Amino acid sequence: MASFKVNGRSVTADVDDTTPLLWVLRDSLNLTGAKFGCGVALCGACTVHLDGQPVRSCVTPVADIDGASVVTIEQVGGDRIGRAVQEAWVEKDVPQCGYCQSGQVMSAVALLRDNAAPGDSDIDEAMEGNVCRCGTYGRIRAAIKAAAASLS
Amino acid sequence: MTGPSLMDRIGPAWRAAAGTGMSRRRFIKLTGASGLAVGLVSAGAAGAATPKRAGKLKPGQQPGAFVHIDPKGVVTIQINRLEFGQGSHTGLARILADELDADWNDVRAELAPAGEAYKDPAFGLQMTGGSNSIQNSFTQYRELGARTRAMLVEAAARKWNVEAATVRTRAGRLIAADGRSAGYGEMSEAAMALPVPASVALKQSSEFRLIGKPVNRLDSADKSTGRQAFGMDMRRPGMKTVLIARPPHFGGTVAGFDAAEAEAVKGVDRAIRVDLDRGATGVAVVADGFWPASMGRERLKIEWKVPAELPDSRRLDAEFAALLGRDGLPARAGDLSGMAGAKKTIAADFRFPFLAHAPMEPLNAVIEMSGTGDGRRCDIWTGTQFQTIDQATVAQILKLKPEQVNIHTMFAGGGFGRRATPTADYLADAARVLKAWLAAGRSEPLKLVWTREDDIRGGYYRPLTMHRAEIGLGEDGRIAAWKHTIVSPSILKGTAFEAFLVKDGVDATAVEGVADTAYDLPIAVSVHHPAVPVPMLWWRSVGHTHSAFVMETLIDRIAREAGRDPVALRRDLLKKHPRHLAALDLAVRKSGYGAKTLPAGRAWGVAVHESFRSVVAHVVELSIKDDAPKLHRVTGAIHCNLAVNPRSVEAQIEGAVLMAIGTTLDGAEITLRDGAVEQGNFDSYVMPRMPDMPPVEVHIVPSDDPPTGVGEPGLPPLAPAMANAIFALTGKPVESLPIRL
Repeated sequence: MASFKVNGRSVTADVDDTTPLLWVLRDSLNLTGAKFGCGVALCGACTVHLDGQPVRSCVTPVADIDGASVVTIEQVGGDRIGRAVQEAWVEKDVPQCGYCQSGQVMSAVALLRDNAAPGDSDIDEAMEGNVCRCGTYGRIRAAIKAAAASLS
Repeated sequence: MTGPSLMDRIGPAWRAAAGTGMSRRRFIKLTGASGLAVGLVSAGAAGAATPKRAGKLKPGQQPGAFVHIDPKGVVTIQINRLEFGQGSHTGLARILADELDADWNDVRAELAPAGEAYKDPAFGLQMTGGSNSIQNSFTQYRELGARTRAMLVEAAARKWNVEAATVRTRAGRLIAADGRSAGYGEMSEAAMALPVPASVALKQSSEFRLIGKPVNRLDSADKSTGRQAFGMDMRRPGMKTVLIARPPHFGGTVAGFDAAEAEAVKGVDRAIRVDLDRGATGVAVVADGFWPASMGRERLKIEWKVPAELPDSRRLDAEFAALLGRDGLPARAGDLSGMAGAKKTIAADFRFPFLAHAPMEPLNAVIEMSGTGDGRRCDIWTGTQFQTIDQATVAQILKLKPEQVNIHTMFAGGGFGRRATPTADYLADAARVLKAWLAAGRSEPLKLVWTREDDIRGGYYRPLTMHRAEIGLGEDGRIAAWKHTIVSPSILKGTAFEAFLVKDGVDATAVEGVADTAYDLPIAVSVHHPAVPVPMLWWRSVGHTHSAFVMETLIDRIAREAGRDPVALRRDLLKKHPRHLAALDLAVRKSGYGAKTLPAGRAWGVAVHESFRSVVAHVVELSIKDDAPKLHRVTGAIHCNLAVNPRSVEAQIEGAVLMAIGTTLDGAEITLRDGAVEQGNFDSYVMPRMPDMPPVEVHIVPSDDPPTGVGEPGLPPLAPAMANAIFALTGKPVESLPIRL
């Protein structure tokens, strides 16, 4: 049984060791912000932060994260960068269907933590793993730059 | 000739059928368009009495089913469409709020459940498709807002004992001539108890305060913070999760299965054989949560019965290509006598693959049965484009009346047509699983989830389609004759839509964009609809996904043969179409086409196409890098008449551009080998990603005319504009999607 923190709360997952973190979040903890899109780390809809790093929770078995600290979309607005990104998302009216946006926001926050002023190629590289079927990429790019500007 | 496009035809057809009795009854039976009473939806509706039936007003005209104003003045508006990214949730609320004279800050919107009041006023069924949400409900929602406002005014006039004509409204407040005033919330209860006025005056467009002004979506914040609940996020007490092991071939069935290992997985409740869509059978694994269900499904041992017909892409390609050489059913007559004297000819064959919709949210539904006897009810929570068809289908499977099936419309993570199945496939499957579950003596609510592989392999694809064009040009470069043959399976034969959209054997969705081209051409069109044992469906912009590509790339080839500028040739052939010209000219002007010089290695590509009553022109700047097209810039212009929310129109064009780019990418193709789909997830069925998105500028032709479609029309002209730029660079025409150079 793996024990870890989710959004600051201690959690012990009484599930099969192979269970991906995504399903503990969604089915056990009712934290449904992280989404199921592909199940094999190809779309990024399930992105969460594991000890500060963006990971695809759909392929992260709980057995591997014992002692780790997980932050999800439900909590990421609790810090300065997360809040700035979410505000920029709203200001630029980024979402359409919105299903991929939790993952997009989590990837964008991780990018801005590492790089305060990302250029287009930095954004391409950091965001390429997050699929948006509605075509909000242009607005995501603009929102990341707006968030970076607001944080500087 | 510019004809109405696919969905536009359903309205008139439905009205025409209404007079014929037989067809109408059939339509009602198939679509569930029966008389359902709809009460107020908002729970705890303090200010809301049962809607008063005013004289001749239909349920869809009654404010009681659409507007609720709480004592604090918060206005909650029921939206009669699915929200799956297109923005109608905000747009329709905006339209009603404008005529209501509400304070936009007080406005909320909710997705309406299945119900009579929420049927499309033109179609008589509840649906989201054909880019119709705003265009068909524009007047409806304005009238609903105006009626509600009139009732509030009347209530205030009675309370203050003044003439109603002396009461003004402003941003959610009622104001008497003597200065007395009240918020809408204070008068709401009294207002909703009043009779609904049958006729109301609407604003002049110059009086609009909200319509036509750009605004952010109502759901932006929830969708940026993970708070927005989708169907996939729905949970009911005691709910189990279900994954279905589906046959590896369309129409396959279970010959036998061993569930011992599957049922040994901790958390798996049981595995049950179930009937599935289109005569298939499968095995449903019921478990506590997704992961046990998934592990259980992997451990099933199933012996499949393979169906007799196993479609194979190589064979289908050969069969379709053979049909191109034969005349099909006539879709448009044309004088081809000019062909004999043609000085030059252009001959071209085109191929477009099967495409999966692949919405980001895989299909899902939560289904629950409660009550006994006549009090039985089935509740379904799902994102669907076809609530009343789904309702009727589920009712039939569960032996209930449609009104015993409550469909709660959930926000959906995309759809692009996949949630508008005439067979109600994923909800029918959910109902069949529930039926088997109940038969096993169980009653817990079930959540049916499709994995991505289920989605990609699950059919309902944009049909494989081929075109052949033979064009004769006269000495002066004029088009002397154009013979056009289309091979495209019918997506509508055998569905409730056949009576309305299939005429003399021709499925309108296969020929739209060619048979009704706006270009002034001597064109004759025929079509073959080969029967293919693969489920097929409309896919964002439907037939225009291929027809625009064919027409717009051929215009550029004609221009080259005739030594004409492609834009100038289009302008000549579109003289009688001012909306086409306006969109084309706007995109061309804003792009700098013809005015600015591009860097070496870059070329312009232009295309313009009408679909869903709107016209979109795209001008692209493109180069070729590593044997693949690279877009540097897209300038789009749309003529959609009045743009209710220009920001949303821009978003839809941006999104359509990206989805069209997706169709050009190597790997954007569904293929079959010996009956099995070869792709399964986003590694093999390729999605456009961040680096594929060029800067996109969107311009809107100003207009006050009633709104036309927005969700789809931005898609068709993009890929041909790219192909035209490639043609300009290489001299080699592009004749298939995806693009392989």
